[in-house]
Amino acid sequence: MTMARAAAPRRFFLGHSYSLVGVVAALVILAWTLVAILAPYVIPHSIGDIVDDDYFGPMRQGLWLGSDYLGRDMLSRVLMGARYTVGISLAAVSIACFSGVVLGMIAAVTGGWLDTCLSRFLDAMNSIPSKLFGLVVVAAVGSSIPVLILTLAVIYIPGAFRFARALAVNINTMDFITVARVRGESTAYLIGSEILPNIIRPVLADFGLRFVFIVLLLSGLSFLGLGLQPPLADWGALVRENIGGLPFAAPAVIVPSLAIASLTISVNLLIDNLPQKIRDRDA
Amino acid sequence: MSNLVEVRNLRIEAKTDSGRLVEIIKGVSLDIADGEIVALIGESGSGKTTVALSLMGYARPGCRITSGEINVGGRNMAALSEKERARLRGTDIAYVPQSAAASFNPSSTIMEQVIEVTRIHKLMPPEQARQRAVELFRALSLPDPEGIGTRYPHQVSGGQLQRLSAAMALISDPKLVIFDEPTTALDVTTQIDVLKAFKSVMRAGGVAGVYVSHDLAVVAQIADRIVVLKGGEVQETGTTATILSAAQHPYTRELLAAFEPKPRQAHADADAATKQLLRIDNVTAGYGAVRADGLPLIRAVDSVSLVVEKGRNLGVIGESGCGKSTLARVIAGIHPAAAGDIVFDGKQLQRAARKRSQDQLREMQIVFQYADTALNPAKPVEDIISRPLAFYHRLDRQARSKRVDELLDMVRLPRGLRYRHPSELSGGQKQRVNFARALAANPKLIICDEITSALDTVVASAVIELLKELQRELGLSYIFISHDLSVVEAICDEIMVMYNGERVEQITPDKLTAPTHPYSKLLFSSVPKLDPTWLDGLVRDPELVSQYGHR
Repeated sequence: MTMARAAAPRRFFLGHSYSLVGVVAALVILAWTLVAILAPYVIPHSIGDIVDDDYFGPMRQGLWLGSDYLGRDMLSRVLMGARYTVGISLAAVSIACFSGVVLGMIAAVTGGWLDTCLSRFLDAMNSIPSKLFGLVVVAAVGSSIPVLILTLAVIYIPGAFRFARALAVNINTMDFITVARVRGESTAYLIGSEILPNIIRPVLADFGLRFVFIVLLLSGLSFLGLGLQPPLADWGALVRENIGGLPFAAPAVIVPSLAIASLTISVNLLIDNLPQKIRDRDA
Repeated sequence: MSNLVEVRNLRIEAKTDSGRLVEIIKGVSLDIADGEIVALIGESGSGKTTVALSLMGYARPGCRITSGEINVGGRNMAALSEKERARLRGTDIAYVPQSAAASFNPSSTIMEQVIEVTRIHKLMPPEQARQRAVELFRALSLPDPEGIGTRYPHQVSGGQLQRLSAAMALISDPKLVIFDEPTTALDVTTQIDVLKAFKSVMRAGGVAGVYVSHDLAVVAQIADRIVVLKGGEVQETGTTATILSAAQHPYTRELLAAFEPKPRQAHADADAATKQLLRIDNVTAGYGAVRADGLPLIRAVDSVSLVVEKGRNLGVIGESGCGKSTLARVIAGIHPAAAGDIVFDGKQLQRAARKRSQDQLREMQIVFQYADTALNPAKPVEDIISRPLAFYHRLDRQARSKRVDELLDMVRLPRGLRYRHPSELSGGQKQRVNFARALAANPKLIICDEITSALDTVVASAVIELLKELQRELGLSYIFISHDLSVVEAICDEIMVMYNGERVEQITPDKLTAPTHPYSKLLFSSVPKLDPTWLDGLVRDPELVSQYGHR
C-alpha cells in the first residue's frame, strides 16, 4: 500500500495532493451517478418494450448494446439499472453507516451496561448469514424497494457499529476527551465534536467499502430473483435474466457485469486514493 | 586518519508531503577520537538524532544524505552499499535507543535478544556469547547477572532494561556506541545507576560513544566533549569543562541559564492571606476490586492529606508509580476517591467530577503532561481555546474571538497561531495552548500534571517563567506535580514528597527546611548537577539505595 502510494503520480491543487488513479475512479463514479439521475430522460426505448425480432441480438446501430433475452433494448435497461443499483445501495449504505457509527460512538463513550448490551445484540445480528437473512425477509414480506433498502441496511449495521466502536474506543482514551469530560460536556458534544472529526476518514473509507458490499449483495439477491421484480431490473437482475446468452457471448450478459465491476472497483480505488491535505504550508 | 569518526560537511535533506525539499542538516562536521565520548546536545528538532543515526549510514524514511563524508573507522558510511552498512551495524557501530521498553521483543527472553547480534553476524558460538553477556551484565551492575537473561522484558524494571539494551549494543565489542537519549524516560534515582553503569563500561572497554541528549547536567557527567546543535548546524564545540565554564554561543548560554537557580518570587501576602483554597483529608484511591472495607485492592494513593492556600503553590514530587498522577486525577474527580474528603473554596466537593456543579468544575482546571494527546488533533487552536469560553461563559462568537486573542497574548503565542492545528505546533507551543485552554475557564486552581516533563530544558524553563507571571497577574494557585525537583523548587512554596502512595514529608523551600526523611534525602541528592565531577564524587548511603532505589 505504501509502495503503491509512493509510486502513484500525484498532482497538487488547492492545498491537497491527488493521485491520478483516484481522479479517474472519481470520474467513473461521477459518470454513473449522472446516468442514474438522468436515465429516464435519455433512454431511447422504454425498458419494457420489445424492439428487436431476435433475442440476444448483437450490437448494431439503434441497439447500441444489443438486445436481451426477450429482444428488449439493452442500453435502456442498463441505464435504468444504474438508477436502481446506485440508488438502493446508496440509501442502504447511508442508513447502515449513520446508525452504526452513531451507535458505535455512543457505546464507546458511555461504556458500561449500554455498551455491553449494544455490542452483544449487534454481535448476535452479525452471526446471521446476510444472504439467508435477505432471503427470509424478502420471502416473508415480499420484495419492494423500501424493503430492500431496509433489509440491506440492517444487514450492514453491525459491521459499521463494530468498526466505529473500535476507532472511538481508541480516541476515547486520549487526554483531550478526559479534559472535555471534566469540563462537564454532554455525550452528544463528545461524540459529535471531539470523536467524530478524528475518525471521519476511516469511517468514509468504510462507507465506500460497505457500499461495494451492498452493491454486490443487491446484485446477488437480484440474481436469485429476490431483488427488484420485472420488468424493473438492476444490474444483478440483468445478469441473471441474460445468463442464457453466455454461450453466444451476448453483450446482454457482459455489459451489466462490466457495469458492476467498473462501479465497485472505482469506489474501492477512490477510497484508497482520497485527496490528502498537504501540511507543508511553505510550499 | 587519526580519529575514529570524521564527519565532514554532512548535509541531509527531507522531503515534505508537497514534494518540497528541506535541508535539515546543513553542513555538520565533527570528530570523535578512539575511546572518546562526545555528546550531541540541542533542543528537539535541532537534528541531533539525525546526525547520530547518520553515523550508521542511516537516514530516516523521507530523509536522504545528500552530500558530505561520514568516515567511521576509515570507511565512508555515506558511500557504502546497504549490504555493507548492514555488516557494520551491530558489529562496529551499535545503537542504544531512547525507549528500551519499546525496543525489546516482549515474547522472547532477554538473553536471546542480547546475543542475537552475535548470531546474525556469526561472531562467536552461542555459549561464548552467553558468557560474554553475563560478564557485561555484571559490569553494568545488574542484579543476578547469571539469572536475569532467562527473564522476559516485562519482568525487569525500566532502568534495568535500559542497561540491558546497552549490553546488547556492547556484546559485539563495537568501536562506537550511539546512545539516543537513554535516560530521558527514567526517574532521577534510577538515572544515576544507569549513568554510572554506562560510564564505567565505556571507560573499561575504551569504547567511543555518541551521547544524544537535551539534558546538559546528564551530559556533563558522561561526555568528554560537547557538540551543541541548533537548526541543523553546529553552534559550538568544546570539552565539557570549557562549554560549562566559558560558553560562547548564545544558545549554549541559554541552556546553561536554564539551570541557574531562579530568584524566588517574594510573596508579600505570604503570611497575611492564609485562606485555604483546597483541603483534602485522608484521601484514599486506587484500582482493582473493592474489598469489604470499601477500599480498593491496590491503593495508589493512601490516606493523603494536603492543603493549598490561595495564591500559593504546592509541589508534589516522587518517582513514577508513587501515585502522584492518581492524586491529581482524584482531586479533579476523574478517578473518584474511595475514601476521604475534598474541600474546595469552603465547600465539600463530590468525589466524582460528573456530580460536581459546573462552577466547581470551572474553578479547578487540570493540565496534562502530553499536550499531544491533550489537544484534539482535528481542531484548530482557536476552536480548542474557545470551547471553555462558550461552555462556561456563554460568550458569543465575537467576544470569544477577542478573548482567544487575549489568551494567546497571555501565554506569549503569536495571534496568527489560532488557525493552526496542534500537529503544526512545536512541543512548547502545544503546552502553551494546553495551558491557555485551562486559563480560558477563569479557574482558581490549576493542577499541572508533569507539564514540563516532555519539554526541553530551555522550553521548560520558559514555560515555568510564564506560569509565575500568570500567577502574579491572575492570583492563581497551582498544584504542580513533577518528578523533576529543580522544576518544582523553582515555582512552589511548599513541596510534598510522595513515595509508594503515601505522603512522606512536606518541605518549605522558603524557610530552607532541609529534607529529613531518608527517601527525600535520596531523591534530593540524585538530581544531576552541572559539575562534571558530580557523578564520580557522589556517595550515596547504600542502605538508602537498597531500600528505596529500584535497581
